[in-house]
Amino acid sequence: MDTTKGNGDVQTKKYTAKDFASDQDVRWCPGCGDYSILAQVQRILPELDTPKEKHVFISGIGCSSRFPYYMDAYGVHGIHGRAPAIASGVKTANPELNVWVVSGDGDALSIGGNHLIHSLRRNIGLKILMFNNRIYGLTKGQYSPTSELGKKTKSTPFGTIDYPFNPVQLALGAEGTFVARCLDRDPKHLQQVLLRAARHEGTSFIEIYQNCNVFNDGAFLQLTEKETKPDNVLYLEHGKPLVFGKDNDKGVRLNGFTPEVVSLKDGKYGMSDLLVYDETSFDLAVLLATFSDRQGFPTPIGVFFQTERKAYEDMMVKQIEDVKKKRGEGDLDKLLRSGNTWVVSSN
Amino acid sequence: MSKTIETLDDVVIRFAGDSGDGMQLTGTQFTNTTALVGNDLSTLPDYPAEIRAPAGTLFGVSSFQLHFSSWDILTPGDHPDVLVAMNPAALKVHLKDLKKGGVIIANTDAFDDKNLSLAGYEGSPLGTEALSNYQVIEVPITKLTLNALQGSGLSQKEMVRCKNFFALGLMYWMYSRPVEPTEKWIKEKFGKEPEIAAANDKALKAGYYYGESTEAFAARFEVKPAQLKPGLYRNITGNEATALGVVAAAEKAGIPLYYASYPITPASDILHNLSAYKNFDVKTYQAEDEIAAAGAAVGAAYAGNLAVTGTSGPGAALKSETISLAVMLELPLVIVDVQRGGPSTGLPTKTEQSDLMFVTYGRHGEAPAPVIAAATPADCFHMAYEAARIAVKYMTPVYLLTDGYLANGSEPWLVPAAKELQEIPVHFRTDPENFHPYARNENNVRPWALPGTPGLEHRIGGLEKANISGNVSYDPDNHDFMVHLRAEKVKGIEKDIPLQEVYGEQSGELLVVSWGGTYGTIRSTVDRMRKNGYKVSHAHLRYLNPFPRNLGEVLKNFKTIFVPEINLGQLAKLIRAEFLIPVVQFNKVRGLPIRSAELEQAIKDALGGAK
Ligand code: SF4
Repeated sequence: MDTTKGNGDVQTKKYTAKDFASDQDVRWCPGCGDYSILAQVQRILPELDTPKEKHVFISGIGCSSRFPYYMDAYGVHGIHGRAPAIASGVKTANPELNVWVVSGDGDALSIGGNHLIHSLRRNIGLKILMFNNRIYGLTKGQYSPTSELGKKTKSTPFGTIDYPFNPVQLALGAEGTFVARCLDRDPKHLQQVLLRAARHEGTSFIEIYQNCNVFNDGAFLQLTEKETKPDNVLYLEHGKPLVFGKDNDKGVRLNGFTPEVVSLKDGKYGMSDLLVYDETSFDLAVLLATFSDRQGFPTPIGVFFQTERKAYEDMMVKQIEDVKKKRGEGDLDKLLRSGNTWVVSSN
Repeated sequence: MSKTIETLDDVVIRFAGDSGDGMQLTGTQFTNTTALVGNDLSTLPDYPAEIRAPAGTLFGVSSFQLHFSSWDILTPGDHPDVLVAMNPAALKVHLKDLKKGGVIIANTDAFDDKNLSLAGYEGSPLGTEALSNYQVIEVPITKLTLNALQGSGLSQKEMVRCKNFFALGLMYWMYSRPVEPTEKWIKEKFGKEPEIAAANDKALKAGYYYGESTEAFAARFEVKPAQLKPGLYRNITGNEATALGVVAAAEKAGIPLYYASYPITPASDILHNLSAYKNFDVKTYQAEDEIAAAGAAVGAAYAGNLAVTGTSGPGAALKSETISLAVMLELPLVIVDVQRGGPSTGLPTKTEQSDLMFVTYGRHGEAPAPVIAAATPADCFHMAYEAARIAVKYMTPVYLLTDGYLANGSEPWLVPAAKELQEIPVHFRTDPENFHPYARNENNVRPWALPGTPGLEHRIGGLEKANISGNVSYDPDNHDFMVHLRAEKVKGIEKDIPLQEVYGEQSGELLVVSWGGTYGTIRSTVDRMRKNGYKVSHAHLRYLNPFPRNLGEVLKNFKTIFVPEINLGQLAKLIRAEFLIPVVQFNKVRGLPIRSAELEQAIKDALGGAK
């Protein structure tokens, strides 16, 4: 990073991950997936050309929302569900700041659903990290809006009768301009996506599958364990065919409009038959978002969609500049004296 | 033929018609012209909550009342001298308010069978006993407008729409006002539609000349200019004044204004006004809901803007949790509650004073916040400015209470010069040396440390703070200490606000204690009674939490404390609780300003015959 010294010289200081760790003890349960996410965020921040004081972490309520306390940056631990609203105020008031939102599935999708969709729609420059553990952790184990149908939890001893949200679909539907999904247990990949999200103009949304080892342990085991992961995870790479499986022996192709998992082993289909991923295609992103809900399909991980659209705060600033150009800098006396005025003279 | 001109001290006119008849526009034009002529004035618009209520119905009636005079007036008046009734429904709804012997100008063209039955009349009341107590002037306004606009090239419907300008012109003639200001306004407003502009202009003049030439109008009147304090004036509504107040505060504080809001009646005009002031570095943010508006305002305050969020009762309820957060974060925030009739959706377009308890206590936990209230439309400027000053100086959310009557009502405002306004010093902390987010100055105020400042990286949040360090603390004694500290901080503001003044004798029989938008009615009632020999004093509160530090003393000096409110006694309860004294209440919750005559009677009753 650059710090301008008094004499005008530019001094370069390179941060390390440690520089972003606050002096507070981290209080998540031992083994919680949150630790990995915290570590990856701290690791990628030095890669950005942003001085530490420009990073602001804003959270709501829930286990994930303790995150700002552990970062040596600016932070606000807000109220349940409202992190995107507070963060929108911060970012639009001072667009120079790098504003991160740290939230969970309950915080972002349930109590704060409205704020989430509207910040995505507006494309305000927020980096939204949504830790999805498919359970309420902090309140000790009730089902969340991403818990699978029928799940038995403290508040649903006979199973839920709530259909879950698909967060990626929701973010796409809300016009998100950067929509991705990551795994807490794939740190390298998480770092790459975090960096891209940090550099994206407008709202970035990353759903991070996060293991809550106390109340919903193993929710993503199929996607994270060595034996099962290859057959269940499909890494999305722009410009590459959709291949997965232990020996890269499976792929996804389109049969008309319908996606189909095919084997590459029996000679019937080859690489050239597979669907080539294009992360700029909204249609493909929407299609791929359905995979995690389809029987026999792998769960896509990576960047589903990225597109360029003007960020809200930039348009806000531009509008102010344009009006200033047209009307000149505001003159308070003139404003107070505008409209129909008349003078009463002393007589 | 020139007619005699009779001079009057003051006049109350009420324009009433269908909500589609343009009565608000007519009233506003008459008001602006009257202001330019130099009268003192006070207005009261009243319109239905429905945008286009069915034509001709009683609940679709929209009205605009204006009181203007050659002396200092404080209220829009209880009983009109003149009622302009554009249809039978307007007559039906408003007749009961008209002064005995008052003038009714009725648009006879609208008194057809259909409209009469919609208004619930069995036959036309015109020319019958029912109106024998009034001077009725029948004018076929629609027909005369159509005649005047023959050959204008407009459709029949468009021509009929111009009839409110005919009525306006007629009233201009009747009260000797110039038509030029409205002519000018028409030109500006309809510049892009020259045919409409020409037609409106023509209708206006036709109305004026009709008064001049017809026998129906025997006399015309004039009201001489009022002796106002010298200076530059403009006519201003409460919402306009509130918007200007926060812009002025931000300018004087040298920080950008950030207004986050969600549309709600009757507060939306603040958002509309502010969104036009972009060249003052004003950022307006129309949020997805009330909660988000409060949240964005908290975020903007954290980032160093003068953050304001405006709403009305239902929105204030939604913002409540976020305001508790602002109390905990100790960030400056102004919340404007333009009160309306409640509970729930209540009477969205009507006025009420029923959120006082709510904004004072309606937060979870011990969450003290200053509450102040504007007394008149123009006072909204000063109190909005004051709310911002207190918020910034004390790092606290501040509630500003106005109401539907103040918001839409208007009065002449002696425009202050920017340099006369009190300074609002802002200190952003920049020095990392010895920085503690919850260390405090002599006023118990913590530093405002903005994200982006090198070396001050810190975390704040809704969890209880350890004193000084601001770290999360669950320590019982620390919590007790912080709860007291936050309360003391707010209470300490009493040192920084004016002492309570008393109008009239400083001690004696009866003190009327009021707050908010009832000021005008109450002050003029007290005035009248004093002139008639009653020993009545008046204390109008603009600071409700904390109360002015001498209020207890002030109250002690009177035998009877009389508190009139448009609620069921919220200030009365606060006074009883705070000062342990008995209070006589007067409560009318009609969605309208208190009526002076009723109030006078109630004060007399409280005096029990004493003079
Ligand atoms: S409850 Fe679950 S999510 Fe919360 S800290 Fe513990 S393991 Fe993590």
